[in-house]
Amino acid sequence: MKTLMRYDKTILAGLLLAAMACCSASAVAQDYPDPKERPERVVEGEAVPQDAYRSEVTPVVESVLFYIFGGALLLSAVGLCICRDVVRMATCLFFTLGSAAVLYLLLGAFFLGAIQLIVYAGGTLILLVFGVMLTNKSPWVRFDCKPAEMIAAAGVAIVLFFGLATMLTTTEWAQSTGEARSTTVAQFGKALLTTYLVPFEVASVMLLVVMIAAAYMARQE
Amino acid sequence: MFIVGLTHYLILAAVLFCCGVFVMMTKRNAIGILMGVELVLNSVNVNFVAFDRYRPGGGFDGQIAALFVIVLAAAEAAVAVAICMNVYKNLNTIDVDRGDALHG
Repeated sequence: MKTLMRYDKTILAGLLLAAMACCSASAVAQDYPDPKERPERVVEGEAVPQDAYRSEVTPVVESVLFYIFGGALLLSAVGLCICRDVVRMATCLFFTLGSAAVLYLLLGAFFLGAIQLIVYAGGTLILLVFGVMLTNKSPWVRFDCKPAEMIAAAGVAIVLFFGLATMLTTTEWAQSTGEARSTTVAQFGKALLTTYLVPFEVASVMLLVVMIAAAYMARQE
Repeated sequence: MFIVGLTHYLILAAVLFCCGVFVMMTKRNAIGILMGVELVLNSVNVNFVAFDRYRPGGGFDGQIAALFVIVLAAAEAAVAVAICMNVYKNLNTIDVDRGDALHG
């Protein structure tokens, strides 16, 4: 165990590389159409064909990838609960976000998977790590809660999970059995500037407000 | 049972949600609590994208909702980290139990 702990950074780096390799493999496994076969530009008012980027992943491959990355997601989420050191928690959170991005790719949301990696893993997580660096005298400072609180929290979480699981498994969801409808970036952009224009503008104003607020609150006296 | 369907993704998101709730309840470090919030937001996103994939009919409203959740999470993290830095400046720690100035 001691030797394992000594090489923990090497192991982490290896895991990271493996995860990145799997991400790229699953992205390459999608069968992208030949660019020449796609229409040159979308005619105004004409819907982009739904099957422009049809996923060719078979259900079995999708299931195997789901179990691998879903398992990684659960392991890293449980690791986040167990770790008491903030930097280790941040590493666990990175694996959680990366596995979630792969799940988005599996579900046909390619753009969202990329955004998840860029904004969440690349932006938000780095911000949190900077927060850790700026607010701790030492990165190994830890605050523990009482064991009784830990047990109570675990009880609440487990009861919540069983309630949710019972509800989810007994409900009959109206669902299609078809394969993943992949969304193109063009569809996203069009929807954001037509149907979802108001939320889009509200979000942009909110980002401006947040930028000013964060710079104001974090300033040096 | 082996082939994944909507329920698999929903159960996965439920576990993720419960882990996030657990992290929020047990961590005393403000940044740790923030990570719990990120877990909860991610579980919601997995739900959105899974429902979007398996629902009958066209459209991709679930993905748009997930996109807005990501934007809001990024904004929330920026403000929360700024608040944490202010708390650290005033209390010299980010132990949330010490921030009890408004405690009655």
